[in-house]
Amino acid sequence: MARRRSTIYLGTTAGLLLVLGGIFLHAYIKVRQSGPLFTRKTELVRQLELTDLCLFTEASYTRHLSMTDPSTPFQDAPMSLEHFPTGALVEPPPHLMRNHSQHD
Amino acid sequence: MIEHHRHILDFTLSSLMRRKGKNGALLSVYTLIVFILASVLFFTYALKREASLVLNEAPEIIVQRTLTGRYLPIPIAWGDQIAKINGVISVEPRLWGYKYDNVFLANYTLTVPAENPPESGNIDIGSGISRMRAAYPGDMISFTGHDGLPRVFTIRNILDHESQLLTSDLILLSEEDYRDFSGIPSDQATDMSLRVRNPKEYATISEKITQMYPETRPIVRTEIQRTYDAVFGWRSGLLIVIFSAAAIAFIIFAWDKASGLSAEERREIGVLKAVGWETSDILLMKFWEGIVVSLTAFLVGTILAYAHVFYTSSALFAPVLKGWSTLYPTFRLTPFIDFGQVATLFFLTVVPYTVTTIIPSWRAATIDPDAIMR
Repeated sequence: MARRRSTIYLGTTAGLLLVLGGIFLHAYIKVRQSGPLFTRKTELVRQLELTDLCLFTEASYTRHLSMTDPSTPFQDAPMSLEHFPTGALVEPPPHLMRNHSQHD
Repeated sequence: MIEHHRHILDFTLSSLMRRKGKNGALLSVYTLIVFILASVLFFTYALKREASLVLNEAPEIIVQRTLTGRYLPIPIAWGDQIAKINGVISVEPRLWGYKYDNVFLANYTLTVPAENPPESGNIDIGSGISRMRAAYPGDMISFTGHDGLPRVFTIRNILDHESQLLTSDLILLSEEDYRDFSGIPSDQATDMSLRVRNPKEYATISEKITQMYPETRPIVRTEIQRTYDAVFGWRSGLLIVIFSAAAIAFIIFAWDKASGLSAEERREIGVLKAVGWETSDILLMKFWEGIVVSLTAFLVGTILAYAHVFYTSSALFAPVLKGWSTLYPTFRLTPFIDFGQVATLFFLTVVPYTVTTIIPSWRAATIDPDAIMR
């Protein structure tokens, strides 16, 4: 006898919910396991006195987002046009915006 | 009761299968939107958490010197005065800068490490540079210095692969080599790194530094950490484009559903009412129709997004994140998940669609079946 459509649907949905639950469990386990890795990384940050993530290497102000000076990034104002693609992806750091508002 | 729901669900699924093409396309687009939104949420949240954790040991206060809005090397002698401020434990000059490699069209970050620097003539390089240049320990690399003359360095180490998100483009070298290479005088540094006794004094010490040297710009650790909280905020270019596209797609879905039913759907409701279905049964059928489409799209989209971000290193985002750079870290993020974001995504995707499916059907279901079919 052919299975009812509702049985197939409910079975599939239950399977997907189980996978979603498995994802949360997997994430939880991976985060717990990564403790020593983060210890090594923070130690490296301390030794090398690093201030930024190496996410974008195409422009100095996106390579060291927190160290950017108030003029180079985003040209001369936070709303001016950007010519590096990654410069258009991210927002200026908050302390840079605050400095701009102080100058305005 | 359960059997009643199952019969209605059976009928709903048969009804959806009768319009396979239309509903299949709808489900695919819906899943794609959830996938993109969930990928962005997973990626940005994991990145923010990673940045906040690893930058916990970033320098407490960095002091830069600026002139007409651009930074300049800072005199090391200023450090002696800054060290006299109450609460400052130590002031260390930092030496770092950039080098554009016009052969590989890549930007490198040159740094003199605070601890264990390579001996003169040696360098440690990030694994991104090693991969791009096929350079390994013992190999020699030549870079052109500030005076146009080449300097040859021997690679001592490749920095740990697992820390690529921090060190992919780094070149570590000795102070002597850095000064010779960059031309920065021996009495100057790129900026200064301060250690402070009490984090509550960051603001006071920063203020005293700017009073002492008005052309300096102190950046405190909390600002460094907050940078990565903010740069992928909803107003950033990437997110606003994706969120706008998703919002427009949802508006189109909602408009399509709320603006009324197709003639075929109205006829179906009319026939069901004529054969004795109650209005509540028809609303239940439409409720299940909304749930089947939106819940399936939510579950499949979210699961695929997790695999995309944490198993393929966000392969679909890579071309966007790389921009024009040729040197890019291949990192795998730790799967930090914000359950609140997933719950919000659920309520924003499943609930509005289900509601907009029910409302026009309720209007049709309350009209006389004879009038609907006519």
